[in-house]
Amino acid sequence: MAILSKEEAQAILKKVLSYSKADSCELSLSGSDGGNIRYARNAVSTAGQISVMDLAVSATFGKKTGVATINEFDDASLQKVVKRAEELAMLAPENPEFMPLLGPQTFQESATYNAKTAAITPDTRAEMVGKSLQVSKAANLEAAGFLENSTRFNAIMNSKGLFAYNKGTDVSFSVTVRNQAGTGSGYIEQGFNDLDKMDTLTLSKIAASKATGSAGAKAIEPGKYTVILEPLAASDMLGNMFRGFDARSADEGRSFMSKKGGGTRLGEQLFSENVNIYSDPMNPEIPSSTWTGDGLPVKRTQWVKNGVVKNLAYSRYWAGQKGVEPLPFNRSIVLEGGTQSLEDLIKSTEKGILVTRFWYIRSVDPQTLLLTGLTRDGTFYIENGEIKFPVKNFRFNESPVIMLNNVEALGKPVRTGSGMIPPMKIRDFTFTSLSDAV
Amino acid sequence: MKRRNFIYLTGIGATAAMLPAIPVWGNEISQERSLEYIDPAAKKLLSDVALNAARAKGATYTDVRVGRYLNQYVVTREDKVQNIVNTESYGVGIRVIANGCWGFAATDQMDKDSIAKAAELAVSIAKENARLQNEPVQLAPQKGYGEVSWKSPIEKNAFEVPIKEKVDLLLSVNDAAMKGGADYINSILFMVNEQKYFASSDGSYIDQDIHRIWPTFFITKINKETGKFETRNALSAPTGKGYEYLDARPQDKIKTASGTLYKGRYDMLEDAKQAATQVGEKLKAKSVEPGKYDLVLDPSHLWLTIHESCGHPTELDRVLGYEANFAGTSFLTLDKWESKKFKYGSKEVNITADKTEPGSLGAVGYDDEGVKCGKWDVIKDGVLVNYQAIRDQAHIVGLDHSQGCCYADNWSSVQFQRMANISLQPGKKPLSIADQIKNVEKGIYIIGDGSFSIDQQRYNFQFGGQLFYEIKGGKIVGMLKDVAYQANTQEFWNSCSAVCDQSDYRLGGSFFDGKGQPMQSSAVSHGSATARFNGVNVINTARKIG
Repeated sequence: MAILSKEEAQAILKKVLSYSKADSCELSLSGSDGGNIRYARNAVSTAGQISVMDLAVSATFGKKTGVATINEFDDASLQKVVKRAEELAMLAPENPEFMPLLGPQTFQESATYNAKTAAITPDTRAEMVGKSLQVSKAANLEAAGFLENSTRFNAIMNSKGLFAYNKGTDVSFSVTVRNQAGTGSGYIEQGFNDLDKMDTLTLSKIAASKATGSAGAKAIEPGKYTVILEPLAASDMLGNMFRGFDARSADEGRSFMSKKGGGTRLGEQLFSENVNIYSDPMNPEIPSSTWTGDGLPVKRTQWVKNGVVKNLAYSRYWAGQKGVEPLPFNRSIVLEGGTQSLEDLIKSTEKGILVTRFWYIRSVDPQTLLLTGLTRDGTFYIENGEIKFPVKNFRFNESPVIMLNNVEALGKPVRTGSGMIPPMKIRDFTFTSLSDAV
Repeated sequence: MKRRNFIYLTGIGATAAMLPAIPVWGNEISQERSLEYIDPAAKKLLSDVALNAARAKGATYTDVRVGRYLNQYVVTREDKVQNIVNTESYGVGIRVIANGCWGFAATDQMDKDSIAKAAELAVSIAKENARLQNEPVQLAPQKGYGEVSWKSPIEKNAFEVPIKEKVDLLLSVNDAAMKGGADYINSILFMVNEQKYFASSDGSYIDQDIHRIWPTFFITKINKETGKFETRNALSAPTGKGYEYLDARPQDKIKTASGTLYKGRYDMLEDAKQAATQVGEKLKAKSVEPGKYDLVLDPSHLWLTIHESCGHPTELDRVLGYEANFAGTSFLTLDKWESKKFKYGSKEVNITADKTEPGSLGAVGYDDEGVKCGKWDVIKDGVLVNYQAIRDQAHIVGLDHSQGCCYADNWSSVQFQRMANISLQPGKKPLSIADQIKNVEKGIYIIGDGSFSIDQQRYNFQFGGQLFYEIKGGKIVGMLKDVAYQANTQEFWNSCSAVCDQSDYRLGGSFFDGKGQPMQSSAVSHGSATARFNGVNVINTARKIG
């Protein structure tokens, strides 16, 4: 029941719309079916399967909107949910930022669905986790990990004739491998739409090798270092920055994208010239939905070109205020790089620190986007192009904006979360203290 | 409710503009419907279906949680109401042990057939995964309580207060802040009601009605010339109270040289006015000189340091490695506990775990695996004496019972070990805030929580705050900015030299403590009185970009 086809979703939504008496009505129907296994201490700790489907009805009279949702789909329930939304709309105060609904739009067909991923069973998951445990047990190491898969669909329809449907699958895996003494720890995570790309055995071997390699870390003085960030570490830093590509908060003067004296940094050289960032939901490595919840088409968008800010995201309301076209953000981010591998970046480094990942990153100052956090699960000292020894974890205080002004080299991007992120070589990265954590 | 949903729905993050317009994470319902309560007898009937179906398929233990989770939130900015929503999430989660392994399944289809099928699915998942087990799950014994119930001791059900009253309050708060010189304000009233029914094969049928409320705001002031901006967040605390939390009486206010602080109840309008003034002062404040300072930490700030550096490392699942892949492990390893002499802190440091403290976020009658809740020492006179455990861990630390720390954030989430209210006990000798400040030669008085970060074993942390006052020669001499302190947990708590007395004891807390995979949020309070920490490393966080 939870995963409807385009036709099934359309039929339900049409029926619901026929009950509407409001000036305008917007519907969103979504469902998911997913399962997971969590393991620790080389054994399964929890596992489950959850299936849900919901319909949200947003009814508007003038600029007064009410929203109600339901998870029952018989005719009486569908009529009830429309009525309830309309009652709530009558009680609601006017929303001066209400935007009239969009009419029909054209959307590209996304490639988010994979039949094999959708067919995953508890047995498939147990087998995939079994492969991971095989690695840790054979090496006398201890693994804790999480495997999750889901199939979901989303459909929207409104009283102006707009309809959109998307179906997608995901499988994601992460594992932390530690040595028995608790002196070494390694980690890896990976997510795909396509099950065939997921190799829990190989991934677990990488985490295991980090666990062994990071044991017996030495303390070195905190300070400014050239760092090589693995794509995961780079992605940890950048996620916070991408969220700041929002025109409204920049215009309002309360973002790192705000300009002294008013306005935004759109068009400014904010990063090194070798920084190019775009998003594209049609990128085959990182497909995502080609429409937003309010029905805007999502297309390839250049955010940064040669270090210059080329676009900020505008909601429909804010675009109207500023007299520009609305522009949604999209999670299929590509930070372009070169052809060098992580190993090439290490080879070209005279003295530096290799960072596997960061942990507990929090904003310290939204003005400069200063972040703090720590390295975790494999931090190594590099000298003369070689990894010399593992080092104790550091706390850093650094801004991704400053970091992208200190880019020495960018490697070949790989899928990291929902984006394609390269390994990066960054100079003058600021570590402020040492941590005993492993 | 997940933190990311909250941020999205409330529009307090820049992300809000980039997300779909229609929220779908619970069922949004009318206010009338949110006042309905499902008859426990009906929930017992559904629970018995699941218990019987699981047993028939070979489960040796089963628990069933029929949960109805209600949220109401009112979200405004400046002179606009952005969102008013009532949401409901109703369904059942079934957890079983079969072949010595846990299995879980959840459904929102509340007919008997669907519930029986979910129970059977949970059993088949357990059996499928049993081949990956090293040893069978071992549960601490728990007697069945029969049919019992528990309710949060609230005075005024926030869901019964008319929407208009809430909107009027927030708009008046916003108006006061704007008139006081703020450029922007976002204000939010967030209310939670968890109607939880728990049934287990041990013979418990527990009906609980739990309430929480959190009024808060975020003020921004901009200096257009310099392009600099500062923020000041509300000094309220999320609490396990009803709407009475917003009726502050004179005895709920602590007047200090730096403004009013709140104890037990909160005056939102007054705080917004003082915040508007203080955010202006922050823009003009002196940038801190980095170095060692004696810190005087207000409970509105210290709760978060307690949460991160004591609450999390004493969670037994972290100590044992169950959180290794996400939240992390703990430096408080079993050998330190076994030694009975690990000096976590100075002798002033007495920290308790308490699932019963009235008005706290973690207070419930029974946890989510049917264990009656209580209170116990975690740090006694500075020494580590205990952890926080649930049924399948108790035997590892030699306990013959669970400490009642099990929680799931929804019917669709599997329950696991979550933090009890972890609180620093007040000092035994009379000591006021003024006395604390008077005794400090070179220090910083910090009010309100800000930026926070700690490593995965809870050694190294860094905290910011809302308001920073410089103390020189026993007196507050002005405001500071760009302040954060970095310390090692054990060194920090061993530098604790004085804690104010009971009259200053207050609760802070979080609605969104994140842990587990998939991530779940839990709400937890942390009490303390104003405390002093000597010689802590303070850094300056000012930077320049572009």
